[in-house]
Amino acid sequence: MSVMFILVVASLVFALAFLAAFMWAVRSGQFDDGYTPSVRMLFEDKPGKRKENNDNKTDSK
Amino acid sequence: MLKTLNTAPAGDGDLTCHHCGLPCSTDTVVYQDKHFCCKGCQTVFELLSENDLCEYYQLNDTPGLTLNKREVTRQFDYLDDPEVRGKLLDYHEGEDARVTFYIPDMHCSSCIWLLEQLQRLNGAIRQSRVDFLRKQLALRFNSRETSLRQVVELLTSIGYEPRIALDDLEERPRNSTQRSLYIKIAVAGFAFGNIMLLSFPEYLAVTTPLHQQFREFFGFLNILLALPVLFYSASGYLKSAWQGLRHRTVNIDVPLSMGILTFFFRSLYDILSGTGAGYMDSFAGLVFLLLVGKLFQQKTFDTLSFERDYKSFFPVAITVKKEGREQQIPLSRLTVGDRILIRHRELIPADAVLIQGEGAIDYSFVTGEADPVSKSSGDTLFAGGRQTGGLIEVEVVKEVSQSYLTQLWNNEAFQKSSGQLTGFANAVSRYFTAGILTVAIAALLFWMPVSLALAINAFTAVLIIACPCALALSTPFTLGSTLRIFSRLGFYLKNTDVVETLARSTHLVFDKTGTLTRSGKMSVSFEGDLPLNADELGGVHSLVSQSIHPLSLAIYQHTGEAPKRKVEDFREVTGQGIEGTVNGRRWRLGSAQFVGCPAPDENRGSLVFISIDGQMRGLFRIRYAYREGMSGVITSLKRYFRLALLSGDNNREEGNLAPVFGEDATLAFQQSPADKLAFVEKLQGQGASVVMIGDGLNDAGALRKSDVGISISEDLNSFSPACDGILEASRFALLPQILAFSKASMRVVYLNFAVSLVYNVVGLSFAVQGTLSPLICAILMPLSSITAIVISTVATHLLGRYYGFHHSEGMAKTLSEAAVFHLDKTQPKTPLEVSA
Repeated sequence: MSVMFILVVASLVFALAFLAAFMWAVRSGQFDDGYTPSVRMLFEDKPGKRKENNDNKTDSK
Repeated sequence: MLKTLNTAPAGDGDLTCHHCGLPCSTDTVVYQDKHFCCKGCQTVFELLSENDLCEYYQLNDTPGLTLNKREVTRQFDYLDDPEVRGKLLDYHEGEDARVTFYIPDMHCSSCIWLLEQLQRLNGAIRQSRVDFLRKQLALRFNSRETSLRQVVELLTSIGYEPRIALDDLEERPRNSTQRSLYIKIAVAGFAFGNIMLLSFPEYLAVTTPLHQQFREFFGFLNILLALPVLFYSASGYLKSAWQGLRHRTVNIDVPLSMGILTFFFRSLYDILSGTGAGYMDSFAGLVFLLLVGKLFQQKTFDTLSFERDYKSFFPVAITVKKEGREQQIPLSRLTVGDRILIRHRELIPADAVLIQGEGAIDYSFVTGEADPVSKSSGDTLFAGGRQTGGLIEVEVVKEVSQSYLTQLWNNEAFQKSSGQLTGFANAVSRYFTAGILTVAIAALLFWMPVSLALAINAFTAVLIIACPCALALSTPFTLGSTLRIFSRLGFYLKNTDVVETLARSTHLVFDKTGTLTRSGKMSVSFEGDLPLNADELGGVHSLVSQSIHPLSLAIYQHTGEAPKRKVEDFREVTGQGIEGTVNGRRWRLGSAQFVGCPAPDENRGSLVFISIDGQMRGLFRIRYAYREGMSGVITSLKRYFRLALLSGDNNREEGNLAPVFGEDATLAFQQSPADKLAFVEKLQGQGASVVMIGDGLNDAGALRKSDVGISISEDLNSFSPACDGILEASRFALLPQILAFSKASMRVVYLNFAVSLVYNVVGLSFAVQGTLSPLICAILMPLSSITAIVISTVATHLLGRYYGFHHSEGMAKTLSEAAVFHLDKTQPKTPLEVSA
């Protein structure tokens, strides 16, 4: 049963990682705008413009 | 009555502009087989099609806005100024620059698409992101390859001119409160879940030594997890309680903090001393639920601003004439003695003396007076006025911060008495806190002779169980739901406190123009022996086009199709009328006295008389169009509220309005903004709770002073002064239901309070006996909180359905009898309201 000590700590660390991920998401502004992404995802990438769009994406990272 | 106007559209009636969708007139521009209403629209299309951005037109039909009527010749030289640029940019390091613009014209998915494709129009723009609800565009660009000015010019050239006002130069808090609330909730929720899991073994029997080890280990982990909840998540409540106590007031956060602190330290003691498991799970759960309530309460309307002051309307830069050269400088560098140039529709930023040009200053922004005041050289012009007409040159006599307008805004009326505790929860918490402390001390004294440990146990248990979480939760959840229901109807409130104040209101004060009447909608009719012929219509049209008086504007719109003629010897006599020579004939338009006609005896609507070469030709009768359902609204409201009407206008409409308002109502005309403010103040002095309903331009002071200021808005994006709520003009007829519903919402809060008292009595019966086990607490606390949340949300939505708010689309039309009936029932004050 002593393994419980390790398991409990491990589970807490694991959960903390999720908490940290959420905090990062909030800080980076992912929860600021809940509307525009829903419109943006419906825009179609024109086949010819794919390269340019990819450029934009790398820029935005 | 005669109506002569031929309103058939000229030329091809079916042609609409490919860019903006407006009907194309005779001078339509054809480009690539597409029709455009003006050169501006065609230019935008050309630019977009050259850059292969025509998808803009495929996402939505005619997504553009016409460039025809707006002044796009604005100069952006000031954006090259390092000081202005530095303040506008969010971030600038090396060649990487970031900026956020507010773009009022953003309105559809095409706009989002185009604005996020800006890099195809200017390669130096690295990234563009739209926040549609806030109408913001965040840009990242290379500052070596392009400049801020070029970026703004590009946006302007495609029809999306950013609005850059003086307050953009100030540091603004960027929704950091919302973000930190999310994180606080996450931390509390994380701790809540884990502590609950770790506490679970505690509720079962502990027998073996290994279990004892677990118990200590879990207790230690619980403390570790509870620390951030106390010091981070709950910090807002503790701070607010401390501030309240320092100001010698007891707000709702005082009993809450008392509970929170007792919860934590009692648990800490229990765990460390090994006497018990502590109540850490209930503690974290309480904080978590409280924060969720706060989030629910903080419904904000991104596109609306309730706190606009003069800085949101002042320009960033101004054109200064120095040594014969025109030059744009930032407003902050404007000094006394500078000569500045003010163009049509530009704002005068500081008190100044007119040097050159014909001034016609529209002070509606400051005083509410819609008629422009004419000024000649040597006259003093106050800051906040807008020049209408030609270019004027003025000399600054006072600095921006010392000017009349700035001081008007510093007037005491504009500082709403803050710091005062409002709201039922805060009002009741004083008695609540006193009650809890009495019970707790009584329990302490009762058990003291028996055992000190038991006495302290009972004392802390009372503080824990009586923590008014249900009360603290029912207000945000009930009023938050009400806020959401209202917003679906087109009524937007600043915060949930407004619902409570609305429910307490006793007096309603209305503005007339723009509130009861529809602004810009006037019915114009011509009366005369003979109808005006096309030639004469053209004369009238040309003449009124020279004037910016509201009546002239109404006639101008009415005669919109007539061809324009050249006007010579034009003269405008303020308050009287206008005259001018058209085709060799002398025209006069204006009051009976000015034109030289006998004044009529009847008094319905504004009359504009016309004479040609001294011969009476007829008159225009101009009437305000009242909002749909206006008399119904007033009739049902006057049964439950004292009504008043304050109009800045003359008493021409009194005959129409007096029967509707009834005998008890106060009708006052020719009220200045200061009179309106004084009227509201007087009512408040008599103990009334005043709701002021105005249209925003001329009621700024009264809206601010009243308990609840509601501004009626035709267009949510346009100007609305500081107020507590914004009602869409088309939903004006809903006003009686809105008031009734806010009263009903408060009854839900009272009901909830009663229910939570029952829980408290049950909990207290355990607590005073010193037998409040962590298990009972862990069940009772969340149960009472969740009951409060469920009752609040469900009851509010059921009420909303009862009032018919849920099928809101057809709502604006009729006034349901049910609502009126309910208003009747909710009117008498409930005992709780009296005690508050």
